[in-house]
Amino acid sequence: MISISYLIPISLLLGAAGLAAFLWSLKSGQYEDLDGAAERILFDDDSPVRRDDDSRNKA
Amino acid sequence: MSCCTAETAYDVAMAGSRRAHEELLLASRVIGNGLRETSLAVPTIHCGGCMQKIEQALVVLPEVEHARVNLSTKRVTVRWHGDVPPQIIETLSQIGYEAHLYDTSLDGKDLVLARLIRALAVAGFAASNIMLLSVSIWSGATDEMRNLFHWLSALIALPALVYSGSIFFNSAWRALRVGRANMDVPISIGVLLAFGMSLYETIVHGPHAYFDAATALVFFLLIGRTLDYVMRARARTAVMGLARFVPRSALVLHSDGAQIFVPVNAINPGMRMLLAAGERVPVDARVVAGRSEIDCSLVSGESVPQAVTAGSQLRAGTLNLTSPLTIQATATAENSFLADMIRMMEAAEAGHSAYRRIADRAARLYAPMVHATALLTFICWMIANGDAHRAITIAIAVLIITCPCALGLAVPMVHVVAARRLFENGMMLKDGGALERLAEIDTVIFDKTGTLTLGQAQLVNVDAIEPTSLALASTIAAHSRHPYSLAIAAAGRNRAAAPIVLSGVTEISGSGLESHVDGKIYRLGQPDWALANEPTAHRASASVVLSQDGHCLAAFRFRDHMRAKAPEAISDLKRMGCAIEVLSGDHEDRVRELAKTLDLAHSARVSPREKTARIAAMAASGHKVLMVGDGLNDAPALVAAHASMAPASAADVGRNVADLVFLRDSLTAVPAAIMIARRARRLVHENLTLAVIYNLIAVPIAALGLVTPLLAAVAMSLSSLVVVANAQRLLVRGKQEQPSAIPAFSQVG
Repeated sequence: MISISYLIPISLLLGAAGLAAFLWSLKSGQYEDLDGAAERILFDDDSPVRRDDDSRNKA
Repeated sequence: MSCCTAETAYDVAMAGSRRAHEELLLASRVIGNGLRETSLAVPTIHCGGCMQKIEQALVVLPEVEHARVNLSTKRVTVRWHGDVPPQIIETLSQIGYEAHLYDTSLDGKDLVLARLIRALAVAGFAASNIMLLSVSIWSGATDEMRNLFHWLSALIALPALVYSGSIFFNSAWRALRVGRANMDVPISIGVLLAFGMSLYETIVHGPHAYFDAATALVFFLLIGRTLDYVMRARARTAVMGLARFVPRSALVLHSDGAQIFVPVNAINPGMRMLLAAGERVPVDARVVAGRSEIDCSLVSGESVPQAVTAGSQLRAGTLNLTSPLTIQATATAENSFLADMIRMMEAAEAGHSAYRRIADRAARLYAPMVHATALLTFICWMIANGDAHRAITIAIAVLIITCPCALGLAVPMVHVVAARRLFENGMMLKDGGALERLAEIDTVIFDKTGTLTLGQAQLVNVDAIEPTSLALASTIAAHSRHPYSLAIAAAGRNRAAAPIVLSGVTEISGSGLESHVDGKIYRLGQPDWALANEPTAHRASASVVLSQDGHCLAAFRFRDHMRAKAPEAISDLKRMGCAIEVLSGDHEDRVRELAKTLDLAHSARVSPREKTARIAAMAASGHKVLMVGDGLNDAPALVAAHASMAPASAADVGRNVADLVFLRDSLTAVPAAIMIARRARRLVHENLTLAVIYNLIAVPIAALGLVTPLLAAVAMSLSSLVVVANAQRLLVRGKQEQPSAIPAFSQVG
């Protein structure tokens, strides 16, 4: 009985956290370009460390 | 004269880029901090490489702050600062992408969809958590524990029902206020009563609460509703993505020589305008100076370009093909041909009896029956043992068990699956009601130009022409965008002859193309002009000839290219029991020739008004007409018909009013669509039958007071799963039952 008093709130909180995360991702536009997001993960466009920027982009 | 034309051509080229700037500025929107945002449709984006290339090319422009490609919608959003728009379209065309502006007022975030998905997420969260608590109650939680769980469930259910259920409550309230009943009325009553009764049971520590049923019901129904909405939204964006670049302004010439861009709506009769080659006529006008050819196929259905000179009348929407013209407006935009068509469409819409969707018709029968049954149950129990609490509990159990969960999913699920099938076959469905209407079709009317045909000239006698002449002709033809030149150039490219270098080609509008090679004059064009040195009798009957110093080298014959698989599509339609007819605005002999090849009844030179009248007459005699057409002149007929289809190449207006838009060239889309619609109708009927059978079994059990919350949850989920699974049969069985022509064309996508 004691265990239930904290297990149920924990399970509800976890569920609510999942719900909140989903609503946030929806609001921040993460579902607007699903095909594009799949491709963007392959882009290697971090800020360049060395100066040979051009050759890196061509590769 | 030649100097003069050169100057006009230069002006027009300049005007072109100035126009692009004006349009970009008009289509951009201010987002604050001195920034503007412009969205462009770039239909040829197809992979991550394209995204990277485009973004890198745009970001280096000095005015551009930010550029982002959306691969799903094939659009680019650019943020820029300053008053002069950056060279976005030019930059994109340099790296090989064609970009179009589209109407941003139609765009923006889809608020309805976002609301539906949020409601779905909340309902899903509530339903799953309450279901977990309910499982422990069903498996025998004791008194104290059960009360605790009931209270927890109530606590979760209340906000979820307020937030997610309000979609149904609002719709039901709107319907009730105007004295109608839709499917949302019994849903809302069921959900509200279930919640109210459960709350009462919780307060008095009763054994049965239906919180899980109430939230699960909302969750299941929201799935159906969201799928239905996504289907329609996808079709809408796909159709909008096709929108072509229609001028919103025209280059007006003032008497003092100034050239000013004026929005199309502000053009008054008498204003003079410059119309470059490749532009559409903005308002009805008369040619003042210049010679050119006009493509009227979208406006009147005529397949052959018309030559125009000073004094000729032009209709709004026709396309100037070969050389710039100076024109004078004869009507304002509201009185132009296009506006006439829109007025006729509105008239046709008004005369059209509103179609009632199957689900709405079912709801009209269903709601009173369910409520009467619940009331009857209450009265019987009152008479039988006089316990009001028990009677109310059982009556509400009847309402919960009959709540049209399956019914609410039965129709949208089939429509969503059918829309997916259509999409795989290259067709965009506007809404589910269109699918139901399409299934009832018994007569099909085709437009000719652009529908049965592609509206593009095709060289017929390509094998009879000497390869060297063909190579020469195609090299010369590459300098013009007249449809015949395009056809010759295309034929030459296919033969891959050795390239010929030409010193210069001049286009003489209305006559043809002329080129000088090694002192000889080559002409490609009308026989009367190109064969000046041959006696009239020898002049070929062909549409276009190639001549050397006035002597014939080759004669070219053309035919409007028939749409792929048109004969197969027609015979499929006949096999399906449809009467077919061709109504065209084109000349009698061209229509007759095509109708004879396809063995169809035909009428030629039919005005838009006559087309609409014809369809209205057929509808009055009890026929259900499907109109398939693409032109502006078909738009009123598309509205008047019971159901309508348009190819993706159709005029914007037609495409927007058509129930279905088919994206591929093949005409087999028409029989395929009707067949999918008919199969969908059968599945809808099956699903409705299943829902009725379910109720026939469930209602007596509920009326006898034997329903527990566990039984209600199982019955509800089971019936929903059955109708969803049944709808999927459209995908499975469809693959075996396709008409002969479809397998080949479903491979493409």
